[in-house]
Amino acid sequence: MASTRDIRRRIKSVKNTAQITKAMQMVAAAKMRKAQSAALVGRPYAQLLNEIMAEAALRTIGFDHPLMQSRPVAKRAVILVGTDRGLCGGLNSNLFREASKLDKHTTIFVTAGRKAAQFVGRTKRNLAAEFSYKDNPDFAEARAISKFVQQLFLKGEVDAVDILFPRFINTLTQSPQLVPFLPLGKISAATAGVNSPAQELPAGSSTDVFDFEPDEETVLGELLPHSLNFQMHQILLETKASEQSARMVAMKNATDNAKQIIKDLTLEYNKLRQANITKELLEITTAQMAVG
Amino acid sequence: MAATLKLEIVTPEAMIFSGEVDMVTLSGVEGEMGIMPGHEPVMTQLTAGEVTVRQSGQNLFLAVGDGFVQITATRVNVLTDMAIKADDIDETMAAEAMQRAEARLSQKLSDEESATVHAALVHATTQLHVKRRHKK
Repeated sequence: MASTRDIRRRIKSVKNTAQITKAMQMVAAAKMRKAQSAALVGRPYAQLLNEIMAEAALRTIGFDHPLMQSRPVAKRAVILVGTDRGLCGGLNSNLFREASKLDKHTTIFVTAGRKAAQFVGRTKRNLAAEFSYKDNPDFAEARAISKFVQQLFLKGEVDAVDILFPRFINTLTQSPQLVPFLPLGKISAATAGVNSPAQELPAGSSTDVFDFEPDEETVLGELLPHSLNFQMHQILLETKASEQSARMVAMKNATDNAKQIIKDLTLEYNKLRQANITKELLEITTAQMAVG
Repeated sequence: MAATLKLEIVTPEAMIFSGEVDMVTLSGVEGEMGIMPGHEPVMTQLTAGEVTVRQSGQNLFLAVGDGFVQITATRVNVLTDMAIKADDIDETMAAEAMQRAEARLSQKLSDEESATVHAALVHATTQLHVKRRHKK
């Protein structure tokens, strides 16, 4: 049976753990608010971009851009967006479970975040490139990833590109989701990574025929890659929001568990202490009786 | 025909301007364009420069970066990577940003970095340009 000293030691160590998880929870909560608002401010831009693309699509029947070329899919690339650090609950494991369902031989992985790269390495899957992104992902980081996969696609090394990332649903829920990235089959779906409601075209817009200046190839040639870069950026932002939320919840659970353990241990400690006192009293009285 | 245009200027960070305006002047790839209500539908690219917004007799100036413009008879949508009102431009900050960007350009940079630095340089120059033009 554990002595009172052992129990005291355990209480102390659990208390330390609780303190750390509590601190991590606070940090994650602060970062989460920032990440969530960063993911949200991009919405008007995404919506407008969506609108422009959708309207452009009406004009572009018959227009073919290399990024829109759909081929039979023999090889495909998946951009796996994970986190850099662990301790964020089941976020990464859920994501990787989805990733393991993909065919090992026909899928090339492009990863963002250290945990994602570790997963691909550990399970001996094909890794084309790994990227990193900061706590506040900036546009250049997203552009680098997006450009890389666009190159892969244009060179014909892969025939389709999907993105697998933890979609932010709310603070308590994040679910891994696979969204198509390339080819841009339907222009209107180009900003699908941003969970904005499907855009209704303003009435009458279908009768508007747009002039392109200088011409549609130039404008769309710029617009398509830009919208892909932007979509990638939104996905990085959303992943960050998911990560921080998941970490906050995980750390809150850990803190709560630690508090429960402390409570149980304190109870046990007090019981043992009382038992010891009673035992000592008994010993004294028995001794007196024996003498008297 | 509508008497006003609905103008929206949006960057990835925020909605900078949204409202009914009488006229918009902006610099496209093919030169300055003045847009009044009832304009032909046009889709074009925006180059870094100045946007002039005429709203109830008053002119508002903005410095903008590269982007896209979508024009219909009643709406003008501007998507750009930077937009800042002339009054909000901090001249010293813009000048510092320009110097920083120039200093970094002299170093060896990867393609990605140099794209970013170039964009920053263009932003800073445009801001300074717009600010100096409208300084009283």
